[in-house]
Amino acid sequence: MTARLARLPWGLVALAVALFVPAMGSRFYTFVANDVAIWALFATSLNLLVGYTGLVSFGHAAYFGIGAYTTGLLMKQLGVPFLLAFPAAGALAGAFALVFGFFCVRLTRIYFAMLTLAFAQIVWAICFKWNEVTGGEQGMPEIPYPDFGWLDRLSAVPVIGGWRTAEYFYFLSLVMVALCMWALRRITGSPFGRMLTTIRENAERAEFIGVNVRRYELAAFVLAGAFAGLAGGLFGIFNRGVFPDFAYWTKSSEVLIMTLLGGMGVFYGPAIGALVLLLLNQQITSYTEYWPFVLGSILVILLFVFPGGLAGAATVIGRRILGPRRA
Amino acid sequence: MPDPSFVFAQSVSGLTAAMFLFLIASGLSLIFGVLRVLNFAHGTFYMLGAYCAYQFMVWLEPGPGKFWLAALAAALVVATLGGVIERLLFRHLYGKEELYQLLFTYALVLILSDTARMIWGTQQKSVTRPPELTGAFTVFGATIPHYNLLILLLGPAIALGVWYVLQQTRVGRFIRAAALDRETLGALGVNVTALYTWVFVMASFLGGLGGALISPMRATVPGMDTEVIVEAFVVVVIGGLGSFWGTFLGALIYGQVLSFGILFFPRFSIFAVFALMAAVLIVRPWGLLGRPLK
Repeated sequence: MTARLARLPWGLVALAVALFVPAMGSRFYTFVANDVAIWALFATSLNLLVGYTGLVSFGHAAYFGIGAYTTGLLMKQLGVPFLLAFPAAGALAGAFALVFGFFCVRLTRIYFAMLTLAFAQIVWAICFKWNEVTGGEQGMPEIPYPDFGWLDRLSAVPVIGGWRTAEYFYFLSLVMVALCMWALRRITGSPFGRMLTTIRENAERAEFIGVNVRRYELAAFVLAGAFAGLAGGLFGIFNRGVFPDFAYWTKSSEVLIMTLLGGMGVFYGPAIGALVLLLLNQQITSYTEYWPFVLGSILVILLFVFPGGLAGAATVIGRRILGPRRA
Repeated sequence: MPDPSFVFAQSVSGLTAAMFLFLIASGLSLIFGVLRVLNFAHGTFYMLGAYCAYQFMVWLEPGPGKFWLAALAAALVVATLGGVIERLLFRHLYGKEELYQLLFTYALVLILSDTARMIWGTQQKSVTRPPELTGAFTVFGATIPHYNLLILLLGPAIALGVWYVLQQTRVGRFIRAAALDRETLGALGVNVTALYTWVFVMASFLGGLGGALISPMRATVPGMDTEVIVEAFVVVVIGGLGSFWGTFLGALIYGQVLSFGILFFPRFSIFAVFALMAAVLIVRPWGLLGRPLK
């Protein structure tokens, strides 16, 4: 039974469910779902690095921030259409990841984490101070939505027409996130992705069989950065503004927590982590303003009781219920 | 060329900043050197030191040496808290993957700083300078408050004190040995578990003291912890993770780069500091005075 469950195309199921959210008629649900979709992509991109390759980056927010500023600047200042500004976010974030990663993959463990943090803080410092371009501390408000004017002609068509701009943007970001997730799924399942896992398990052995470990790690770093940039590009528009704290180190920790919560090295783990964490955030902030306290406590429980995250816990429970044969 | 007295004043203000950073970073470096954990929560200990100093100033009866009593009490409270956290939670993470350790210390940041927000709110708290040190004097046309001068003297004094403990006492020898080889030290009959707790207590004391001493100079506000911890990271990385004098040197360099950076490129001095950190990591990951990890 588990085998049959595992074979279901869960990504498509999730997409189908997500497409129905605006039909529930609540702007708020659509808003939350959009938030979740973007963070799911961001966390999955980090999973490629932390979960699959075993490189603990403490500066992943840098690429998210670069993507957000790229799309924001292009669309707001230069009036570039979304279909060009969005890939540009991935391209520029990937380019920065190539430069930063070139140095980072030369270091190991704690030094790797420190250097990724240093680069992220450099990005943050530039966004924070370069007033002419980034708007500095005040950020860049009023990023325009993509142009959905051409959809007006469809307003009479049932199902497709007649949505609000925010909802059209939600559908658009769902499609973009789905495409990115599909690409990431292909990457992790490819021989290249398998080799990343080999490197995580035993880099020395990978070296012995003739793999250029650094080059593989750099490739993973660039891919993770590019997809984080794409997530950032969407988030800037969704958030109606881009701010320097997108690249601050606490953002990097937040996305790490999501990845850990869902389960590292499990493909849909981080997406589930993003969903659970953001829903919890919505629920808990309606009761108390002390969300960081709750988040910290969740994290402590997670680290001490379920280090494998939700996916790890589900595997353990699944084995209990369905017998030890497979999980 | 800027006015020399201005340059001098900048340099002194850089030195003062360096001494504060040294107090914080030395604890961070001590924990990393011995326990091999990078403690994100160290900045929060510093913030708690500042808040506790404020609280003791409110509670204590006015009298001579009130501020010093409050600062010492604050540092002791923070040290105790550090000891309890190490005993209950931290010790289960030694030898685990870095990610778990880093995220655990980040969880502490979230919990402790939010608890501070519950207790003291979001309004900034300020502490008045001790009355005997409210004055200032002028050297080379630069005005230096008495309190800053005291910090300038206190920094090296504390550095020498910690160095003396590490280098000359029995406990210090054990600490240095534990940094090199924990297991052998344990096999020789030393209670390494207790030793680790004491290292953590000592480091928390330094962090708390740093926070208490800075409370008369800067307002104590939520968020100061996440800000200061990255600065402390820069310092320990430049000097060398786990290297004591390296941390001192790193703090001096950081202070000067920041204050002269403000002079020459006012907008990009923070940038310069992080660029320096990245450059050191690229060229010499173990820092200026550190030793490469095995």
